[in-house]
Amino acid sequence: MALELMKGSEAIAEAAIRAGARYFFGYPITPQTEIPEYMSARMPEVGGCFLQAESEVAAINMIYGAAGTGARAITSSSSPGVSLKQEGISYCAGAQLPCVILNVMRGGPGLGNIQASQGDYLQGVKGGGNGDYHLITYAPASVQEAIDIMMYAFDKAEKYRVPVLFLADGIIAQMMEPVEMPEMVDFKIDPEKKPWACTGWKPGDDPEKRGVINSIYIDTETLSVHNAKLQKIYREIEANEQQWEYYNVEGAEYIITAFGTVARIAKSAIDELKAEGINVGLVRPITVWPFPYEAVKSACTAPSVKAVLDVELNEGQMLQDVKLALNGATPIDFFGHLGSEMPTVDEVKAKIKSMKEGK
Amino acid sequence: MSQVVFEKTKLLTDKTFHYCPGCNHGIIHRLVAEVIDEMNLDGKVIGVAPVGCSVFAYDYFNCDMYEAAHGRAPAVATGAKRVVGKDVLVFTYQGDGDLASIGTAEIVHAAHRGEKICTIFVNNAIYGMTGGQMAPTTLVGQKTTTSPRGRDEAWCGAPLKVSEMLAQVPGSYYIERCAVNTTANIRKTKAAIAKAFKYQMEGKGFCLIEVLSTCPTNWGLSPVEAMTWLEENMIPYYPLGVKKDKGAE
Repeated sequence: MALELMKGSEAIAEAAIRAGARYFFGYPITPQTEIPEYMSARMPEVGGCFLQAESEVAAINMIYGAAGTGARAITSSSSPGVSLKQEGISYCAGAQLPCVILNVMRGGPGLGNIQASQGDYLQGVKGGGNGDYHLITYAPASVQEAIDIMMYAFDKAEKYRVPVLFLADGIIAQMMEPVEMPEMVDFKIDPEKKPWACTGWKPGDDPEKRGVINSIYIDTETLSVHNAKLQKIYREIEANEQQWEYYNVEGAEYIITAFGTVARIAKSAIDELKAEGINVGLVRPITVWPFPYEAVKSACTAPSVKAVLDVELNEGQMLQDVKLALNGATPIDFFGHLGSEMPTVDEVKAKIKSMKEGK
Repeated sequence: MSQVVFEKTKLLTDKTFHYCPGCNHGIIHRLVAEVIDEMNLDGKVIGVAPVGCSVFAYDYFNCDMYEAAHGRAPAVATGAKRVVGKDVLVFTYQGDGDLASIGTAEIVHAAHRGEKICTIFVNNAIYGMTGGQMAPTTLVGQKTTTSPRGRDEAWCGAPLKVSEMLAQVPGSYYIERCAVNTTANIRKTKAAIAKAFKYQMEGKGFCLIEVLSTCPTNWGLSPVEAMTWLEENMIPYYPLGVKKDKGAE
């Protein structure tokens, strides 16, 4: 199939449609507004529904409503808007509603700026909303990777009955890249596969199949049972769904840990450093929840590795997970930018060189 | 031979209501369920419960149900309705703390979009579930746990008239305020609910039936005294009747 040049936001939106999403609820916010714009034009062509909500709060609750019927529903926003969605995300997690949420991250806190950022890592992987829950959280590093993940994101959400979050920095949505767009998936709501959904139960039907989309368990005992069930699912996801990429880790003297666009910058730095005789590897978590602790640990504690450099477009949020993975086994340094200014290849190279010189 | 002259509708489960003695939720639940039953909509209905006293409505209405976040029921109903379409009745059941305070954006915009859903809005002028705090609908001078000297209009405004407000929204279709304080009013309330549901099944726009209700527990009155208080204080401020009916124009 021929490659086509597509803008990230539009490619991600089209991929969601190809993956069976027919319900999009969203609200404009830079730098992801091209996603609702694209959806508004495209959804009617495939018999789907685009609705511009009055707020991000309403949009995520519309997702709750649509997903509860068994449909494939998706919403997108950027950091301040995703903060507004946290209430609804927690409810989706509690009610075990499969759905997909896109966060095209921009600078924060507060209004921050409209440039790319990775400042919502902790919000995405350590909670965000109230209660004990996790979202399967993907951090794509290219437009193609975002498309490829989107093609199975709904399957994962439905398999485990958890919301899926895309943590994409603004660059992923704003840049154009040559991509291969997969074929359209034929998705239909199947009440047999989703006996929990609101698909037309009536008195006299199996009481177990009455749709009750709910996150309240008022007795301590029933909430405990419910949460234990969720935790069991999260352990299963941790066991089955970790994804990462290794790049040039064999015999590396230093390992860089990075995710998303920053990892691609790190790769360029690694290639240039290799030409200069400095062997540096990369571990790039693709799922940031579940975090690939063992994969990070394994690469970073190899005998050849002297130190680890974590590079992020924030103050060092994933750094916390890298530290947990290494548990002090290897020295860790950090390089990051705070104002949404992308780290450059030269800066990453200079940082590695300064580490090598013992500075 | 015995003859059944009245029975509980099958659209209510056998679960015992948790509502306080004298609370009007029980009557209003039954009216909603009876209308669904009489319109033969079983198997074609989705309800959305709020946060507040009727948070457990999903346990009482014997149909597909959601429990929504506080105030968000109209957005949840929107998401569901956009999937299930015209053949399925989608209704929200919300109190005044839920709808008239934290959920104002969601209800106004559901009306504004002409969302083809129905809302049963139960207004008892107080937060019941949390133990009797002031609501946007609390009457001037009414004592609550957060207005212990009585609602002061200069400090926190005059009570919000939701039905009159939503009637002004161009997208709303049918808005009526009712009460269940007398047999006649109970029958009028049921007729209003039936009309709203009928409009939705005909593909018409947003409908809201406000039902004035008592809260004997948090008003500190007996059920009978509460009904009298509703008649003497609430109905004069919140006049009953049709506020808008595009179908009758």
